[in-house]
Amino acid sequence: MKIAILALQGAFAEHEQMFRQLGAETTLIRNLADWRNFMSSPFGGMRGWAIPGGESTAMMRIMKDEGLFEPLRQAILDGLPVLGTCAGLIMLDRNHLGVMDLTARRNAYGRQLGSFNTEGEFAGIGRVPMTFIRAPYIEEAGPEVDILARVDGKAVAARQGNMLVTAFHPELTDDTSIHELFLKMVASGN
Amino acid sequence: MEERTTLNRQLAQMLKGGVIMDVTTPEQARIAEAAGACAVMALERIPADIRAAGGVSRMSDPKMIRGIQEAVTIPVMAKCRIGHFAEAQILEAIEIDYIDESEVLSPADDVYHIDKRKFRVPFVCGAKDLGEALRRINEGATMIRTKGEPGTGDIIQAVRHMRLMQSEIRRLVSLEDDELYEAAKQLRVPYDLVRFVHENGKLPVVNFAAGGVATPADAALMMQLGAEGVFVGSGIFKSGNPEKRAQAIVKAVTNYDNPAVLAQLSEDLGEAMVGINESEIQLLMAERGL
Repeated sequence: MKIAILALQGAFAEHEQMFRQLGAETTLIRNLADWRNFMSSPFGGMRGWAIPGGESTAMMRIMKDEGLFEPLRQAILDGLPVLGTCAGLIMLDRNHLGVMDLTARRNAYGRQLGSFNTEGEFAGIGRVPMTFIRAPYIEEAGPEVDILARVDGKAVAARQGNMLVTAFHPELTDDTSIHELFLKMVASGN
Repeated sequence: MEERTTLNRQLAQMLKGGVIMDVTTPEQARIAEAAGACAVMALERIPADIRAAGGVSRMSDPKMIRGIQEAVTIPVMAKCRIGHFAEAQILEAIEIDYIDESEVLSPADDVYHIDKRKFRVPFVCGAKDLGEALRRINEGATMIRTKGEPGTGDIIQAVRHMRLMQSEIRRLVSLEDDELYEAAKQLRVPYDLVRFVHENGKLPVVNFAAGGVATPADAALMMQLGAEGVFVGSGIFKSGNPEKRAQAIVKAVTNYDNPAVLAQLSEDLGEAMVGINESEIQLLMAERGL
């Protein structure tokens, strides 16, 4: 099993560490050559990729200029499992990569003074710690999207087929349960 | 550790692998954001102009900072003078995302830095060596940057600071446990911070390069020396083609260890800022606030 982590900007090293801790192989994607290399190597279909937290405007800009936008979008539409946290959630929404049937509200909790920690119920897992850093939430989602967690009534985690997103940062806590859930999605092929 | 401190360190983690750009107008802020900046530093004059103008340099007008906050969605930082906690209180009141307690402005206190633990907003501080970095962290800084000479376009000081800090970190890692107490004494920092560096081989907070970065190659150099991201001040908006240079430096930070990509990025950037050599300047801002 191999997980590619988009490493254009942001907290990609934290995801890398978490996946390795769980026994998955990882590789960092910085440009189109890295991506082609990842997609052309055989892993018995056990392949997934993750979009970390960071600044979505910065990542989108580099992604487009590097020619990564279309290949990534197509790979997701073809069923490649993907995990997006915070900026990753934003990038998968209707207004960015346009692969998930949901709209993220950026900086939904305001500036850094609005950043916070909490603990919430995550469907199928139970209580998990949640760290929100200048975070978005899911403003609106279509019928194909399963909302997996809510904080103060706002949707903060969701799954749509091969795509799993959180508005918070599981990679910043000691709790590995969301990464484990994602690795199960990769192992089962979706 | 205080919850707020952790959250503030974590915002810096989100900025890693990115470029923080000095901007003086909402228009420049939008150019920086579109070019892929991960944050902007709002200030009235960029360091090269502060250096040229001389005189006392202070916190920027909050109205000007608010104009920039409204222009972009990425984090907005602003500078206050070393030790000037009232300026920091004002920046907190306008909900700045990060305060840079900066030697680029005229220091307000030649003994004490701001007690940054009293604030809910995060602080980034400059450091020339490990002792300075750990003292600032002990005071509550949640991000560190080198104190390369601002407004010069000369990278030599940032290189010196980063190399020194990294070699001091390697030295701490190599010490025996019972030698750490003496190391703490020499560095003039608490034992717990020394212990952290000894065990983890890095600072407990994110460490950026700052001061003198003018080209994609400068940015790549600092990243290869161990910086986790880069501040660019005068280098962008003092150059011939700010938009193109800004984009090139952003991509250089992402691809810092890929010379083929860096070669492409370095083409046709127009004129770089002219710059001043370290030996030609009279005022070493890095000597402010140790």
